[in-house]
Amino acid sequence: MRAVCWEGKETIRVETVPDPAILNPRDAIIKVTTTAICGSDLHIYNGSIPTMHKGDVLGHEFMGEVVEVGKETTGLAVGDRVVVPFTISCGRCAFCARQLWSLCDNSNPNAWMAEALYGYSGAALFGYSHLYGGYPGGQAEYVRVPFADVGPLKVPEGLSDEQVLFLSDIFPTGYMAAENCGIQPGDTVAVWGCGPVGQFAIRSAFMLGAERVVAIERIPDRLARAAESGADTLNYMELDVLEALRDLTGGQGPDACIDAVGLEAHGTTLDAWYDRAKMKMYLATDRPHALRQAISACRKGGTVSIPGVYGGWLDKFPLGTAFAKGLTLRMGQTHMQAYMPKLLERIERGEIDPSFIITHRIALEDAPGMYRTFREKDDACLKVVMTPGAAPMTPPDRGPQTPDDQALSAS
Amino acid sequence: MAMTSTSSRSTVTRTEDWMALGTGIALLAAGLSRRATSGACLAASAAPFLYRGVSGRWPDIVSRGLRADSTKAALGGSRGVHVRESIRLEKPIGEVYRFWRQLDQLPRFMFHLERVTETGDGKSHWVAKGPGDVPIEWDAEIVNEREDQLLAWQSLPGSDVVSAGSVTFSDVRQGRSTQVRVHLQYSPPAGRTGAWIATLFGREPSQTIREDLRRFKQLLEAGEIARATPGT
Repeated sequence: MRAVCWEGKETIRVETVPDPAILNPRDAIIKVTTTAICGSDLHIYNGSIPTMHKGDVLGHEFMGEVVEVGKETTGLAVGDRVVVPFTISCGRCAFCARQLWSLCDNSNPNAWMAEALYGYSGAALFGYSHLYGGYPGGQAEYVRVPFADVGPLKVPEGLSDEQVLFLSDIFPTGYMAAENCGIQPGDTVAVWGCGPVGQFAIRSAFMLGAERVVAIERIPDRLARAAESGADTLNYMELDVLEALRDLTGGQGPDACIDAVGLEAHGTTLDAWYDRAKMKMYLATDRPHALRQAISACRKGGTVSIPGVYGGWLDKFPLGTAFAKGLTLRMGQTHMQAYMPKLLERIERGEIDPSFIITHRIALEDAPGMYRTFREKDDACLKVVMTPGAAPMTPPDRGPQTPDDQALSAS
Repeated sequence: MAMTSTSSRSTVTRTEDWMALGTGIALLAAGLSRRATSGACLAASAAPFLYRGVSGRWPDIVSRGLRADSTKAALGGSRGVHVRESIRLEKPIGEVYRFWRQLDQLPRFMFHLERVTETGDGKSHWVAKGPGDVPIEWDAEIVNEREDQLLAWQSLPGSDVVSAGSVTFSDVRQGRSTQVRVHLQYSPPAGRTGAWIATLFGREPSQTIREDLRRFKQLLEAGEIARATPGT
């Protein structure tokens, strides 16, 4: 089959790899009909995620049709149309039983790696490094889905792939971020980052009763899209974010702050340049500028919710500020299975059509160039969906001369 | 079948006998050819090797009067390597205990084992994957068994691997979960078996036991062992 493979930092190729097979009793094989590039895939593209191996198949947002099931895969049959969560959870350990699905004890075969780094291991993820299990991802024609009796969600016929695909990650992730804010009627929620997760966090905050949502971003088309969702927008290149937020909230600060940026934040303040310099010298793993600002901005007793991904030991983390204000910090990978069914219901009821974020529709074969476009945020790129088997825009057999490589050699 | 090796001495031990004999003869020959004090000393140093080669055991003065393959001798007090690991499972204690008690099922999650055969009377024969496809074998007996609480064993004399261990099971979280604690002791042997142990346990012996316990938990809770690719 054809699959999008990571070949090294900033090098992505579509290659022919072996078809997946059933390995365990609770497996299923899915024929992918639609898949997407996630913002977190860009961390891999940029070389920020350790334990990636040459040739690893990428992708954790995908959906498709069940073509084979293991002998213990109950509740799923060949021909079912499903959307698959990006986390892999057994459904039976103490964590899954408490609805903490992304902290599953049993799905990561490389749990020892995560334990070496973090002391404990959470759930494995599709196509997201060996630290997270080494499972081949879903930017491919077929995927093996472990624990398929508790992961994939069946999708009703009336809904298109584009309407339900984002139940695989970013819609539940944005929604959990908003839910973690404990929004009360009348609350103001500030959202850092208007990428796909930020966009869903904005919509979800309104769904959960926020009176006002303030979106913080620097890219005009992303700010425009946030405004379309009803958010007030702040371009941090043009104003002082902390001052603006104080001003908007009568000096009090937002009731809750969402950091939908994560470990590769951009910024214009002194600490942001300090982070960039340290990262360049391999002295730091993360650039937590957005998080620092969210903590500084949040009102006393408020909540800072962190759907953005962090990987290491943060420098200049203002815990004193968080303590002084009695903040609540909530974070972590999304507990997918706890959100997917109820968000599917919201889509069915017409409360949201998640396809609003799609800006690019391409063939799987065109992935390599699109990774760069998405990373550079060129062409107003916000969300890329890909169709396996579709005719490519660029001929697939040009060897190493992919648009990506050309761009690399030019730089 | 493999059970016959219960009382006979293993191939590894016999190989070591021959090596000791060879070393002893070589030292004796080298020493006697020098005809000086140093030569006499060298020749004298051959004695324990010759003794091991002929008798099949080290002289008492070398092994401090203890049989090397006796667990009491090799593992008593603080001797030997001790490994302690524990894990918690979301399963009732009875189910966890019963699964572990089926010794022939242990290779399903202890990947370094090839098979375990219960030979009756609390005794069992263990076969592990040794280097170069030559298996490492030993016999063990259960020395203490309390249903849903404790299982303890030790290797029998003549084993390649002198070891003893216990697994204790306890109720936690008001009976909803079970905690399993493993305490394993072994005496690091020399020769080929020693090399195998070194490969298996490396610098961090507890890691192997930890991975075994993790797979035990996966098998019992999730019904399967997590695998990302066919090779793993």
